[in-house]
Amino acid sequence: MTPAQHAAPLAAVDREWRRFSPRERFARWLVYLVAVAAIVWSVRTIDVIPEFLADAPTQIVDLFQRMWPVDVAHYRRGIHDVLIETLHIATLGTILALGLAVPVGLLAARNITRSRVANQFAQLILVSSRSVNSLVWALVFVAVFGPGALAGALAIAFRSIGFVGKLLAEALEETQRGPIEALEAAGAPWGSIMLKGYWPQVQPAFIGIALFRWDINVRESAVLGLVGAGGIGVALDDAMNFFQWDRVAMVLLTILVVVVIAEILVTWIRRRII
Amino acid sequence: MSAAAGARRRAFAPDWTGRVVVAAIALYTLYAFSALDFSAQRFATGLGEGARLIGRMLPPNFARWPLLVEGLIESLQIAILASALGILASLPLGLLAARNLMPGWVAVPTRFFIAFCRSFHPVIVAILFVKAIGFGALAGVAALIVASMGFIAKLFAEAIEEISPKPLEAVRASGAPFAAVVIFAVMPQVMSRFVGFALYQLDSNLRNSTMVGLVGAGGIGGTLDAAFKRFDYDFVSAILIAIIAMIFIGEILSGWVRRAFQ
Repeated sequence: MTPAQHAAPLAAVDREWRRFSPRERFARWLVYLVAVAAIVWSVRTIDVIPEFLADAPTQIVDLFQRMWPVDVAHYRRGIHDVLIETLHIATLGTILALGLAVPVGLLAARNITRSRVANQFAQLILVSSRSVNSLVWALVFVAVFGPGALAGALAIAFRSIGFVGKLLAEALEETQRGPIEALEAAGAPWGSIMLKGYWPQVQPAFIGIALFRWDINVRESAVLGLVGAGGIGVALDDAMNFFQWDRVAMVLLTILVVVVIAEILVTWIRRRII
Repeated sequence: MSAAAGARRRAFAPDWTGRVVVAAIALYTLYAFSALDFSAQRFATGLGEGARLIGRMLPPNFARWPLLVEGLIESLQIAILASALGILASLPLGLLAARNLMPGWVAVPTRFFIAFCRSFHPVIVAILFVKAIGFGALAGVAALIVASMGFIAKLFAEAIEEISPKPLEAVRASGAPFAAVVIFAVMPQVMSRFVGFALYQLDSNLRNSTMVGLVGAGGIGGTLDAAFKRFDYDFVSAILIAIIAMIFIGEILSGWVRRAFQ
């Protein structure tokens, strides 16, 4: 054997193993670089008021002193009714959202609506619904229907359409063709294909989406009152405007308990149904 | 059904549970509408008001664009800082909450803490921080850090709990200290998912950073609130268009980054 014969395979063996190709590495480094640059830029230019920061510890101690003792008696007088209203807003908003999201979801699912233009249009509705925060929707609906729980329920509904519609369209696109072809071959009308072909396949996903969104909506509906759209946020806003921090603490405590119960409930129902 | 047993099996039997549930939901909807004081007349008035509102929102008025850009930049800064610090804080929290790495007496309290961070809407947290550290962007950053910890620390912990235990055992068997176990056995398995969660949180922080201004915690939300209160609806629509555009661009960018890390 000559040395030259050794050299070729050795060169191949000696080449250092790397997990990513040069292009992948370059893309990653670029992302890291931009991230660091963005953070540095934000730290250097963000508007911080030093005086406010200096007395933050005193303010925090003061906040907790004012919150204690929590005004538990306030629950029956000022919180219970708006809490029920909050739950109505969240539930009604979710139901309305489900109703409104089904047609949009059907329109967005590429295997059901075979038109690029219609799909894009549905996607546009879904994206705009999601991009506008529920508080902004609430501001808009308060301007339209006046302050109150109705504006809140509609805000929750319009905010949820994007979320529910997107997930529903994805679930529809993942369905099996078999049952649908069988129904089509038997000459079933469109409604029957939907109800007996698609619905049984997406039902678990649909219930899951509905429960998940309801859980989120319970949290979201708690703040709508800050812009006048009803619910427990109104009690929070009132208590804060009068600097009654012991009542604020009671409202926060109520929200915490309700949110925890909602989460436990949703987990329990999911485990039983799905 | 027993009388019909042995006869023809029905292919599409009526789903009585389903019907009862649908009927119950319909009844509840009617009840809730009446409880929330909803009437056809109010709806009709509302539609008229809605038409007027849209009329006043169009065309959007970008004349005060310096104010708009200033607010957007502050929102962007809040989102970037809150995401960076929130992710940084979530890494140790996620490790502490993972039940396959930590004993129960560490994991369970950490999980409670994470769930607590998640239970309040960012705007409510922002209110408390506005009281504690004053008006301005810093309160917004602090509020969104709490929100980020609540979400990504939970996702981190769940991702860590799903990893394969074999590399863990291998690294441990070689006598490596805990830090080495994390760096060489845990992180390589979860890194790409972490990047996904981090990007998701950046998107979500960007959305929320446009809202914390409503309670005085900095960003475009303050400008929006002021415009609504002064009935400058044409400026409101300009702000909304700008917010949606910013969020849209953010989503496109995070899509690129996600592809770079796949």
